[in-house]
Amino acid sequence: MFGKSLIEALRLILQADTALANVIAVSLQVVGISLVIASALGIPLGIFLGLKRFVGKRLVIALLYTGMGFPPVVVGLFVYMLLSRSGPLGQLGSPLVPALYSTGAMIMAQIIISFPLVAGFTMAAVLGLDSHLRLQLHALGATSWQALWTMLVEARVGVLIAVIAGFGSIISEVGAVMMVGGNIEGSTRTLTTAIVLETRKGEFSMAMALGLILLLISFIANAAMLRLQGKALDQ
Amino acid sequence: MSELLYRATNLTKRYEERTVVDVASLEIERGEILALVGPSGAGKSTLLRLLALLEAPTSGSLQFQGVEVAMGGARPSLAMRRQLTMVFQRPLLLNRNVTANIEYGLRLRGLKAKERVAQVLEQLGLTDLARANARNLSGGEAQRVSLARAMVLETPILLLDEPTANLDPYNVSLIENAIRSINQQRAATVVIVTHNVFQARRLAHRTALLLDGHLVETLPTEAFFNAPDDARTAAFVRGDMVY
Repeated sequence: MFGKSLIEALRLILQADTALANVIAVSLQVVGISLVIASALGIPLGIFLGLKRFVGKRLVIALLYTGMGFPPVVVGLFVYMLLSRSGPLGQLGSPLVPALYSTGAMIMAQIIISFPLVAGFTMAAVLGLDSHLRLQLHALGATSWQALWTMLVEARVGVLIAVIAGFGSIISEVGAVMMVGGNIEGSTRTLTTAIVLETRKGEFSMAMALGLILLLISFIANAAMLRLQGKALDQ
Repeated sequence: MSELLYRATNLTKRYEERTVVDVASLEIERGEILALVGPSGAGKSTLLRLLALLEAPTSGSLQFQGVEVAMGGARPSLAMRRQLTMVFQRPLLLNRNVTANIEYGLRLRGLKAKERVAQVLEQLGLTDLARANARNLSGGEAQRVSLARAMVLETPILLLDEPTANLDPYNVSLIENAIRSINQQRAATVVIVTHNVFQARRLAHRTALLLDGHLVETLPTEAFFNAPDDARTAAFVRGDMVY
């Protein structure tokens, strides 16, 4: 059955119908936007935690570490409750609050899942730098921003790993996106939720086709980031 | 008449409950080489960071070019900070090649000075290593790159924290010659922290002894070694245990 399903899966991929293209597009859109926002929030927070001392820092780090191991399905439940009509955000009826069963809700859940990983690994990368480096950069005439940028560049391998970890946590995620997205065809169906659905229907060839595409996307994204990391390592 | 560059009065630096620097009076003139000597933990590096305007004193007065920069005074401006460069004890090089490391401070200032970079590479015997990654250098090479990165900026003040610690005689001689040339050719002021009293004797116009954060005395180098006023200085110069 496996071999037959695999051949059929490859045929389906080569045919590439509109529904399949739509599922891929939704997946890429949700993961891409989530990762960009999680990185935009997580990298500066990681740098801040790595460099600054303040009261309550240990608590913030403990919360961040907890977030790194948070089960996605619990995040899904949390976002579901927040966005449901009777939930604290859903009640507002604001156009800024995404509706349940929309890509906006899925993006919100995936940001919450990936953000602690990006921030935590970035913090670790910055903490790995020599504690006197910032002073040395200032001593060479760097402004605060110039010193910060240089330190980010110095920690670039670790920061890339942070982004890769964030990407890995959401590209294969199914529980949260299923709960808050609803797996609606042509709207919120992603590669992972479609795989679950097709498997339940017994459409193993389609499920396998989707799985292969997911693997390919994951491989291409990681290879691209690894290439960047490799350049940094070579310098 | 010589120009006063720094004037420190009752200058202290505390970390939590520990007073690391407590200097009653110190004056540094433009164009001199001042050596700060003393045992480990005497507060030499902390005093150097205060002079580099990298840390704020806890109390007292620190005037830099007549401007008060200690508590209650002006926050050191970028223009003020860019008149001086400090080289840390550990090289702290960036993960790039030697030339890029040396150009770093110039780039911060929006300057390109290829000739100056080439000249400094030559002066410190680094020309062959220009394209090498700074992470792959030996201790002596890294220390020379660290000094070159500061020298290329041609700031009027250079603050050096143990620039030759753990180096072989060849590298020590190369770095000392470079320091002399900076002082003689550009009349740059150099404050050097060193464990090595012989190095202080070879390089400095004046030498100061720091013990437990206190400045014991500051004298012209010859007097410091031959006729110190304080018995602790005499004991330190002789190599006796004074701490």
